[in-house]
Amino acid sequence: MSIMEYNGGSVIAMVGKNCVAVASDLRLGNQALTVATNFEKVFPITDRIYLGMSGLATDVTTLRETFRYRVNMYTIKEERDIEPEAFAHLVSSTLYERRFGPFFIEPVIAGLSKTSSGAFRPYIAGADLIGCLNFAKDFVVAGTASEKMFGVAEGLWEPDLEPEDLFETISQTLLNSVDRDAYSGWGAIVHVITPEQVITRTLKARMD
Amino acid sequence: MNTFIDRFSTTSAASQVRKLKEQEEDEFSDAAWGSEAGFGNLAKGIPSFSVPSVHDPTAFLRLHTDDHADPNCRIKIQHGTTTLAFRFQGGVIVAVDSRATAGSYIASGTVKKVIEINPYLLGTMAGGAADCQYWETYLGIQCRLHELRNRERISVAAASKYLSNLVYSYKGMGLSMGTMICGWDKTGPAVYYVDSDGTRLKGDLFSVGSGSTFAYGVLDQGYHWDLTDEEAQELGRRSIYAAGHRDAFSGNTCNLYHVKEDGWNFIGNFDISKMHYEGPGNVPGAPGTGYGYDVRVLGRNSSNPPPPEAAPAVAAHA
Repeated sequence: MSIMEYNGGSVIAMVGKNCVAVASDLRLGNQALTVATNFEKVFPITDRIYLGMSGLATDVTTLRETFRYRVNMYTIKEERDIEPEAFAHLVSSTLYERRFGPFFIEPVIAGLSKTSSGAFRPYIAGADLIGCLNFAKDFVVAGTASEKMFGVAEGLWEPDLEPEDLFETISQTLLNSVDRDAYSGWGAIVHVITPEQVITRTLKARMD
Repeated sequence: MNTFIDRFSTTSAASQVRKLKEQEEDEFSDAAWGSEAGFGNLAKGIPSFSVPSVHDPTAFLRLHTDDHADPNCRIKIQHGTTTLAFRFQGGVIVAVDSRATAGSYIASGTVKKVIEINPYLLGTMAGGAADCQYWETYLGIQCRLHELRNRERISVAAASKYLSNLVYSYKGMGLSMGTMICGWDKTGPAVYYVDSDGTRLKGDLFSVGSGSTFAYGVLDQGYHWDLTDEEAQELGRRSIYAAGHRDAFSGNTCNLYHVKEDGWNFIGNFDISKMHYEGPGNVPGAPGTGYGYDVRVLGRNSSNPPPPEAAPAVAAHA
């Protein structure tokens, strides 16, 4: 029994043209038993950064509060919102603090970072459970359906997708992957971050 | 103790193997003389299989076969399943799911877990798919031979006992099956539970597999002898839905059978996710709404408000 698969669940993030998307399933399980079907794994950090976490549910909840605290402290001290690059390193070092007794989660970060010209550039990153960052140009996946999501995303994703097309691509990738994974699914939620707004939609998914 | 029994028994599979070894295989095997309905030398009685040529094959196989205790063994067996069968006034209801998993990977969602042994007998499949399929088909051959020899259909009791004696002779060698043999004979509707440990139980109501506890929950609550045909079929379907919803290793679709005096009928194949949202469709006994909890309570109280008019569940943040 792997502790990373104890509760189940999956998260994915994708880059589009001037936008990013991040999505998760809604299952919370106790091994084979599905306990709840409304457990979100993606949380807003700022107006333009979302953090997804898959793995052990108790650590997902704990770290959400830890990051809320640390990001609030950063905002107060710096008197500005944190940028995705800085937040990714905050996540990384928070996880590495527990190098010899880790939190059992894999984070996925999606956001828009502000360039010096004032425009926005899409940014996604993933990490392992002790904070090794993975800066991907296309997509990052985590969770019990990660292998399946790699396969589907590799086939569906293409560069420079507009927000609506990116929503379709990430939704189809997640939905079709969790349908092949026993520990993920039972509903899904998608966030598409654009410079103007964040579009959040819950998806109708298979419930078995 | 097992080794002791194996050495001195004359009926167990191990002793058959011992005899075969003593003969030193000086002739061609029966299979070489042509296929017998695709079953090799099976029609001639208990078939023989090649087993590991070690001192104690049972101990060797136990070491490498998926046992409840040991997850590190080589031969992996499909455990995730929900199957159920129950007897009632109108016959026997048999309902199963259709998911096959390999670890957490859903390898198939269209598995046939009800094995049609003959027009009056059904077997269910839980545990090793190959074991169930092979031995229940084999049981079908033996049931037909019984019919020809005795000019009478085999009773469910006799058929199930044939299977349980057979798997018992392979005890300890890694066979894995949990099955219900269901049918209608002179005594009326009958259900027997048979598993590879050698257990054989007669009963009114059984459920087998990783989702069995969920199925039992619904089944026990709704079961009584005087159920109508429609009510009974609905109960079977609803129980498999419950297991498919809550158990990660059960799901996809439900196959439903009804055994009556004139043999079994296939009632239908029902998508479990569709049952969650819309119900089983236009079939007798159906409630007309989805089975899902959130579907049933939608709009009934303030924590489950109805969805906004003419729009799917969509929300936009600023």
